[in-house]
Amino acid sequence: MTPADAVAILGPLPVVLPLLGAGLTLTMTGRAAAQRLVSITVLTVVLAVAVVLLLLVDQTGAQSVVIGGWRPPLGIVLVVDRLSALLLVTSATVALGVLVYAVGQGMTDGEDSETPVSIFHPTYLILIAGVANAFLTGDLFNLYVGFEILLTASYVLLTLGGTEARLRAGVTYVIVSLVSSVLFLSAIGLVYGATGTVNLAQLAERLDTLPADTRLVLHVALLLGFGIKAAVVPLAFWLPDSYPTAPAPVTAVFAGLLTKIGVYAIIRTETLLFPGEELTNVLLVAALLTLTVAILGAIVQSDLKRVLSYTLVSHIGYMMFGIALGSVAGLAAAIFYAVHHITIQTTLFLASGLVERRGGSTSSRRLGGLAHLAPLLGVLYFVPAMNLAGIPPLSGFVGKLGLFRAGVAEGGWLVYTVVAAGALTSLLTLYAVARIWNVAFWRSPLEAENPEPVLLDPSPKGVMPPTMVAATAAMVTVGVLLAVAAGPLWSLCTRATEDLVDRNAYIRTVLQ
Amino acid sequence: MSVNVFLIVAVGVLFGTGVYLLMERSLTRVLLGFVLVGNGVNLLILHMGGPAGEAPIIAEGVAASEMNDPLPQALILTAIVITFGVTAFILAMIYRSWRLAHGDLVVDDVDDRRVASGAGSPEEADEEMEAQPADTEFEGLR
Repeated sequence: MTPADAVAILGPLPVVLPLLGAGLTLTMTGRAAAQRLVSITVLTVVLAVAVVLLLLVDQTGAQSVVIGGWRPPLGIVLVVDRLSALLLVTSATVALGVLVYAVGQGMTDGEDSETPVSIFHPTYLILIAGVANAFLTGDLFNLYVGFEILLTASYVLLTLGGTEARLRAGVTYVIVSLVSSVLFLSAIGLVYGATGTVNLAQLAERLDTLPADTRLVLHVALLLGFGIKAAVVPLAFWLPDSYPTAPAPVTAVFAGLLTKIGVYAIIRTETLLFPGEELTNVLLVAALLTLTVAILGAIVQSDLKRVLSYTLVSHIGYMMFGIALGSVAGLAAAIFYAVHHITIQTTLFLASGLVERRGGSTSSRRLGGLAHLAPLLGVLYFVPAMNLAGIPPLSGFVGKLGLFRAGVAEGGWLVYTVVAAGALTSLLTLYAVARIWNVAFWRSPLEAENPEPVLLDPSPKGVMPPTMVAATAAMVTVGVLLAVAAGPLWSLCTRATEDLVDRNAYIRTVLQ
Repeated sequence: MSVNVFLIVAVGVLFGTGVYLLMERSLTRVLLGFVLVGNGVNLLILHMGGPAGEAPIIAEGVAASEMNDPLPQALILTAIVITFGVTAFILAMIYRSWRLAHGDLVVDDVDDRRVASGAGSPEEADEEMEAQPADTEFEGLR
């Protein structure tokens, strides 16, 4: 069996398996153990398939899979290249970690009284199917379908339980997502009207022949839709309002995956469909605003989840900076940063879920003494927090250093400004997470305002189930391993970027 | 590509009215706005498929150039299904929030009104609540 045959068999599995698993778990309503078994098995297999796909395409370069028997450009194709396989591996890892954590929390079984029973597993698997579809597709309309699959699943997960606070957060999220989907769909309509195709490879060829002004309209229309999904300032203000109220595992998986799919779509748009510099300055300004505005939001918040939501938005700016540079070094750093950020931001939200269980709240005013009361929790928060802020030798430092070097190599006053803003953002991130550390972990619990009884209890029973702690610890370890394996990972990101920059290889792969 | 002015005006009207409704606080109106904009996008995609033509079925005597472009219609079909699913979800949200908001109003306002009126009984306040028209024009969730 050649690698191409293997990819043809394995390529659709990350989409198909979670969908089948979702159907299966839906029939198992009320049998929590069976649902757990199915969804954990499915995600483990998806992770294994993703790893094999990454190894295969790293040897052979991009491979396309014709599904449904229609040859491209008529039929829908899946394209597995280094970028999509790498992000798929990262997403599957995060998804599996979060699922184990959620099982440990008991929310999936209805033991947690505020969340309903059996819909968590099917919805979660559909979310992962949508994520995989968005990463793998080689067709603009199928990308829209992937977005809708994951968004619809995310609406359900975000409003899980249907309490008033979650509905209020859900309304903002659903409406903003709908607007972005409508924008994206209109953009697809306009793209089809201008080029007569929605196949990405054929679009890449035909968009080149359009007049510059038509290209610009289509480019802006697509970027607007993706920018809302990626939470790029000024299109990001929905995010800190809607994420913090959801259950901790849901927020964690959203924070890791959903915005990064928007970033992925922007990377594809900027490299495959519209290479060139027509919007470079706009993207640089967007990166600058995202970095600075959102981090200022983070430093004034006192709730841990809200601080993390703002740092999530802010650090999207780093990726936008790498994309805006458009050089191999810049894009490679952006991809590396995306892998780092998916892992670390998820881990921090998982840790904040543990903080909430141990301290009864995520508001730092009402917390104190956690480092003494739960030393392991202290480690689980501190390591990823320092990683996020970019303390050497962790992966956040490597990613930011790569971005700054790519920026300095590019030159220009605007680029230097963004580099300076990036360094400042890194310091302010450190300030924001360290402030939470000082208050919630270091001071005496007696100093906490109006603390929950659980915080003052020196050894409460069952608030930190071992499964949850183990899942969080595993994710922290993955985050540290990113730094250990930074060399090979960096060269993989560089190879992935070389695929992106040489888009003729992509076009040949799909259209032949 | 030929231009059908009527279709373009219809797309514009649907987008305009839909966006206006999306700005409202009431979730029901937002839903109506979403449906209007969704149909506007569908019409836009239909228009992007070019002029109307024969059914795209290969048959004797029909040249390919006379056929309609089937792909936009397939896209619209998918978009309609997605809009349908999301509409169902938002309807469920409206129902849920209506129940919650209504329920909360009963609990909170009974106490409020008893305090405000000084001597009124909870039953009196309940009756007052029920006398209000139970329409879906509640002000969003805020």
